[in-house]
Order: sequence, then C-alpha cells, then structure tokens
Amino acid sequence: MTRQTAASDIRHPGLNLGEPHKEAHTANEELAFGFWVFMMSDLIVFGLLFATYATMLGGTAGGPGPSDVLELKGPFIETMLLLASSFTFGMASLALKYEQGKLRLIGWLLITLLLGLGFIAHELMDFQSMFSKGGVPSRSGFLSAFFSLVPLHGLHVTAACLWMLAILGQMAVYGVDTSVKTGLMRLAILWHFLDIVWIGIFSVVYLGGLSG
Amino acid sequence: MTLFGAPLLGRMTLDALPFRDMVQHPTRENIVNGLIASGAALMVILAAITVLGLITWYGKWKTLWCDWLTSVDHKKIGIMFIVIALAMLARALVEAFFMRAQQAVGLDGGFLSPEHYGQLFTTHGTIMIFFMAMPFLTGIINYVMPMQIGARDVSFPVMNSISLGLTAAGAALAMISLVLAPFSTGGWTGYPPFTELAANPGPGVDYWLWAITLSTLSSTMTGINFAVTLYKKRAPGMGLMRMPLFCWTALCTSILMIFGMPPLTVATGLLALDRYLDFHMFTADLGGNMMNYINLFWAFGHPEVYILILPAFGIYSEIFSTFSGKRLYGYTALVIATMAIAVLSFTVWLHHFFTMGQSAHINAVFGIATMLIGIPTGVKIYDWMLTMYRGRVRLTVPMLYACGFLILFSIGGLSGIILATPSIDYQIHNSLFLVAHFHNMLIPGLLFGMLAGYTYWFPKAFGFQLAPRWGYRAAWSWIIGFMLAFFPLYALGLLGMPRRALSFFNPTYLPWTISALLGAVLILFAFFGLIMQLWQSIKQRASLAVPIGDPWDGRSLEWAMPSPPPEYNFPVLPSINSHDAFARQKGSGQHYETPEYYEDIVLPANTAMGAALGGAGFLMAFGLTWHMWWLVILGAVAVLVSLVGRGFVRQTTRTIPAAVVENQHRAWMNAVLETTPITRADEQTPANQGLPVSPREGAVQ
Repeated sequence: MTRQTAASDIRHPGLNLGEPHKEAHTANEELAFGFWVFMMSDLIVFGLLFATYATMLGGTAGGPGPSDVLELKGPFIETMLLLASSFTFGMASLALKYEQGKLRLIGWLLITLLLGLGFIAHELMDFQSMFSKGGVPSRSGFLSAFFSLVPLHGLHVTAACLWMLAILGQMAVYGVDTSVKTGLMRLAILWHFLDIVWIGIFSVVYLGGLSG
Repeated sequence: MTLFGAPLLGRMTLDALPFRDMVQHPTRENIVNGLIASGAALMVILAAITVLGLITWYGKWKTLWCDWLTSVDHKKIGIMFIVIALAMLARALVEAFFMRAQQAVGLDGGFLSPEHYGQLFTTHGTIMIFFMAMPFLTGIINYVMPMQIGARDVSFPVMNSISLGLTAAGAALAMISLVLAPFSTGGWTGYPPFTELAANPGPGVDYWLWAITLSTLSSTMTGINFAVTLYKKRAPGMGLMRMPLFCWTALCTSILMIFGMPPLTVATGLLALDRYLDFHMFTADLGGNMMNYINLFWAFGHPEVYILILPAFGIYSEIFSTFSGKRLYGYTALVIATMAIAVLSFTVWLHHFFTMGQSAHINAVFGIATMLIGIPTGVKIYDWMLTMYRGRVRLTVPMLYACGFLILFSIGGLSGIILATPSIDYQIHNSLFLVAHFHNMLIPGLLFGMLAGYTYWFPKAFGFQLAPRWGYRAAWSWIIGFMLAFFPLYALGLLGMPRRALSFFNPTYLPWTISALLGAVLILFAFFGLIMQLWQSIKQRASLAVPIGDPWDGRSLEWAMPSPPPEYNFPVLPSINSHDAFARQKGSGQHYETPEYYEDIVLPANTAMGAALGGAGFLMAFGLTWHMWWLVILGAVAVLVSLVGRGFVRQTTRTIPAAVVENQHRAWMNAVLETTPITRADEQTPANQGLPVSPREGAVQ
C-alpha cells in the first residue's frame, strides 16, 4: 500500500479510487458528489425524525415509557455489529482501491453483508421483545415516534444489503468493472452514513431513554 | 371477487362513481353537484380517448415511445414537464372558476355542496403547486439551464427521466380521482386531525397523500440533479459568477429542493403511518401532536414558496436584460440577493401559523425574519428597473408579462409585509386577505414568469415564434383578469370574509365576489388566448420560423445554436471568458465560428426507466389509495426489478460520429450566411429568421 492519492487528484469527498482506476475514478466525480448531496437530503429526514421523537417523549398517554420497553443489551450488540460492518466495508474499499484481488474484495463484502443481516435480525428480535411488553406503535405518540425513527434506519440497512447483493450479482456477470466500482464507492458512503445515524439513535433513543 | 382472501378492488365500490349520489338520492343539490362532477369525469375520459385516438390515427405510438417517453434528452424532458403543467393548469383554472362562481352567488347558499367545494379548493391548491408550478419551473430549468452553462445534458439524465415519470404519475392520480372519486377535502396543506382516519376514513386524503408523495420524490431527485449539473457540468471558463442569472436562481431553487422537500416527505410519511398502520403521530388522542405536522409542513412550505418564485426571478432577469438591450444591472447584487432569499426562506416558516399558540416573542422573531426578506427582494426590483433605465426597451409579449409582474408583485409584497406583523395577522389570518396576498405573489410572480419564459424560449425549442397578436391579448387578459379577480379579495378579507367559505350572509360582500367572478372569466379568456396563440402559430409556423436561433438578440449561450437545437446542443463545448458569453462573442465578431475539428459525441442512450418507475409508482399509489394490496405488491416488485435490472445494463451510451456533427453544423453555418439579418424593429415580424444585425455592423442596442 505505497501508492498515495495526490491532493490534486481528489475528485470528490471521501475515499478516492485514484488514477490507476482512471475511468471509474473520473466517472465517480459526479456520481459520488451527487450521492453526497442525496445523503445530505436524507440526513434532513433523519434529523427531523429525531426532533419529532424528542418532542413526543412525553406523549406516552399512560402507556409504557422508554424505561419500560427499551433495554441496552440488544442495541449494544447491534451497535457492535454495525460498527464492525463499517470496518469490514472499509477493508473492502481498500481491497478495491489497491486491487488486492477479486476474492479478497468479495470476502470482505460478504462479511459486511453478514454483519448487516445480523444487525437487522437482532433489531427485529428487539422489536419483538418490545411488542411482547406492550410497546406497539398504536399504543401512544411516544411509541409511534420510536417506530417511525428506528425502523426507518433498519429499512435503510435492508435496502443497502439488497443493493450489495445486486452489486455482487453484477460482479458475477461483469467482473469488477467501472459500474461495479462506482456502485461500491456509493454504497460505501451509504453504509458509513447509516453507522452515523445509528450512533445518533443509540445515544438519543437508547442511552437517553434509559438514563432518564 | 377476491385475491388471496382480499377483495380484488380493495374498498372501491360503486360509490366511487361521481354520479352515484345523484342517482340514489336525487335532491336538487345532489343533481347539480353530480352533473358537475360527472361532467368533469367525462372531460377526463374524453380527453384521454381523444389523445389516445389521435396518436393511433396518426400512427405515432412508436414516435411517442422512442423519441419522447424513453428519451433522456433534457430538452425533451423539459418540454414534457411543461406539457403536464399546461394540462394541469387548464383543470385547476376551471376549478378556480367554479369556486369564484359559487362565491358570486354564495349569499345564503350557492349551488355547490360543502363536500364538493372542499374538493375543489383542495385539488385547486394541490394541482397548482405540485402539478402546475413545479413541473412548469422544472421543465423550463431542464430545457434552458444545461444550454446556458454550456453542457450537453444534466448530470443524471436517467434520473431526470424518472423524475418526469413520477410527476406524471402523481398528476395522473389527481386526474383519475375525478373519475373514481372523491379527492381530499383537507386543503392543499392537509392539516390533521381533520385528515386523520377518525375524521376522514375515505380514500380522498389518501389520493392527496400519494399524489404529493410522488411529486415530492420527483422534486427531490430534480433538485439533486440540477445542483450537481450546475456544480459539475459548466463549460470550461464558465465560473459561477459568469453564469446567467437564471442559472443562479436554478441553483438556489435546487438547493431549496434538496433541503426543503424532506420535511414534506416526513410530514406526509408520518401521516400515512397514522392512516395505514394505526400510529399516533398527529392524532387528537393517545399522545399525538398535530403541531408537529404543522411545523414539518411549513418547514417545507415556506422554502417551497421560494422554490416557486426564484426561477421566475431568473426568467425575468433574462427578459429585462434581453429586451432592454443591456447587460443586467447589478448582477452581483442579484446573485447575493438570490442567495440571501434562499437562506432566509428557512427562517420564517412559523409565520404561517402566528395564531397557533406560541409566545409573542417567538412570533416577533419570525415576523422580523419575514420582513427581512423584503430587503433582497426590493434590491431585485430596483435592479430590474435600472436594467430598463436608459435601455432601448422593446415591449414584446414576455416583456409585457415582466412589466405587469414588476408592478403587481410589488403590491403583493407590500401586503406580505402587512401580514408579517403578528398583531395584524391575528386580525386577518384565515381571511380572503391572505388568499389575495399569496395569489398576488404566485400569479404575477410565478405564473407570469413561467408564461413569459414559455413565450421567450418557445422559438428556441420549436424553431418558430409564437405569433404576438393573441400573445398580447392573453397577457393583457391575465394582468387585468388577475386584478379584477384578486384585488376584491383584499377588501373581502378586511371586511371579515373567511377563506374557503362556501356561503355567506353579509350582502356587502356581493359586489366584490361578483367582480372576482368577472376576473376569473377574464383569466379563462386569457388561457383561451394562449391556446389560440399556440394554434395559430403552429398553422403559420413556416412564416414564423427562426431557424438561425437568435430571434431576440439574446445574450446567453442557448441563443448561439440553431432552433430547434441539435440533441447534443454544442458541436464543440464552448470556452467561456466572460459574463453574457454570447453577447460578448457577438460584440467581438467571434460568434458563428467554425471549430478547427469535430469529435465524436457520446450521449446517454434512451431508457424505459422513467416510464417503468412512473407506471409502477402510479400503480402503488392507486393501490394504496383503494387498499388494493395486490396492486401495491405488484408495483413494489416492478420498482425493485427495474432498479436491480438497470444495474445490469452496460450499454448506457450511444455515439454520434464526428462526420454527422460536422455536416449538421456546416449546414447551419451556411444557413447563417444566406440569411438576412434584421434589426430589432422587425423582431416580432416574419422577417425575423433568428439572425440579428451584428452590433459591429452598426445595430443600435
């Protein structure tokens, strides 16, 4: 890993593929920039949902509050799974950038995918346990706000996993070509973005909800 | 009939037919309303049959599909957006006429039922904002902006086509609600708890929800697309401060779309959760908080106002400068003012609900922020006047709209300053004064701007001018009709008449409501004038032709190419070294130069993605509205298959050989040499072939 990306060669924020990937590197300028802009827009959606959640904390309507239905263990495991998946996706990006071979790239991606699926499965178990304690969205404004914020993140992770499967399929057909490279670069941005949103959810919803 | 245990038609029954009530309960009121609603439904069906029939008769299905619906050319997508806008404008104008007619005879009654009247003002507002104004401005930016910055297309042409498909799907949903009724009665703002399940269990609110959801998704993608295009696709040398002002307003509008659309997505998404999954976000019970909806809605709604007006400001800037034969006065000030408006637009949303319970201090902050917007807007008004000052002003049709705008918009702005004072707002909120105010901003502001832009760029898009005679008639009718229809509403508001009122008991309102009806009739005539103008111009297109492409002695790059432009816009991407690039080239005699060599041009290939996702979006929205779950699943699968399938497509471009480009360009250059240039005196005559006398040859600007 000795090749460095020259400062003048940086075409978009975040990890750049660099000159050896000439075609994909050039194509990615508009694609990655556009995706960053989309992320800003999506961040507004989450920001507004966080704000709405904060205003709805008191709206329990006599039903269960945060400390009655939330617990820390599950979300903590989910945090670890998601953070680990971000790390492995980082390794996949490096494998792509420094052309460490298709097998290593696919390996890291598959590990990432498994961690993502593990996150979703574990989150669904959490929701199941909330339901069993009477924590359903139709019970109160607070629970509605919870279920409009947290599962939306889960849906994003699900969509990201589907996207990864689609890219793996493209890789099987076409190999690591320009489209696959630019697709992975954008998926990486989304994946790390979802990490950041999750850290917000873990801090505000779970830590905040259980410390009060 | 059932499918997997659920009814095939969901909750749709014969009650969805607009004449059902009239047949079952033939009271006088039901018959009148049933006839009006059935007439509207019949119009939709007849229009659809006529369009489909004509396409079949002339054998144009292949052309329609290959050259238009699957096209990713920004120019064609722009034109299709404008076609949607004009069709929806026709419907919403007729609805406006019916509302004015109801209020003109509304003393102690009138002829419309409350339910019908509620649908009228809801669809009128929803359509005018989401399916007239948004597609119109999106279409004009789409058509003009890439050419003005010296680009061959937008950054994401396929996404552009998808935006069009989604807007078309939303518009289609609004139209089909006339046949399979009813639409919402909750106003274009759709405030809960009225729009919640408890008060409104029927499909009306759902029609509204999904129609605007489709429009919102479309606009979010459009905003991203335009902003990236403006940042990344400018021709060499086209610095940000060299862009035509229209591009600046397009950039600010795009930024507002990127940040302003998500609040609406959240608001309507949460309302949908309430309605479909028994959530309690905005309900009146179980801890719901409807003020959250109102804050979210206006956190979108206010930036939306500037999404609508800024592109019109851009169009006026181009028009004032072109038809005064001068460069735009105070370009830098206008850029700063545009940006200032864009930023301030996020700081004023609370003025839409001064009366809804927050403290006087908060109201004061938002009232002051609102008044601040008057400053950059005032700067603009002065800059436009100073652009005309000592110019050779030609009062063409676009210029007539622009001058009407200058005066009427200032009046509307002043009534806005009045409304921005919370203590005054307490007296006149929810009255017709407010209706007068925002129509005073949107009709002379946005709509005149769009119509001026349509007249101004029409010769560019189609290669012939719009004949001016009916254009003047239409413009004068719009201006006078607007004044007759809306100035009385200021008086009515001050007299205490509430907005959205079906009927009233105070006879002093009557002269004013009748005057407003006359205005509405004149506005209908203005729309008829636009149709006549288009019809006559198409008939006389040979004598109105401007093939050289510069009918107005324009200043920016879109005029430096033939009309209509080739699909690749520029045979060779231009190199820019100043503001008003084309005017500068003309001044130094460097326009119409043959490049040293031509290259192959790579363009994006056609794709059915826009049509597929638009169609699937429509099916999902329609299924959700009527609870036809199988249709929802079908649509969702179609979306997923389209998106994943698209990822496997590798042949996404096509190449136009250099020889073809060279032939086309040389043919045009020869036409330039053979054409007689005209002076500005002959601008609106058949002598205008699109070639102005060069300023180097003594043309007086």
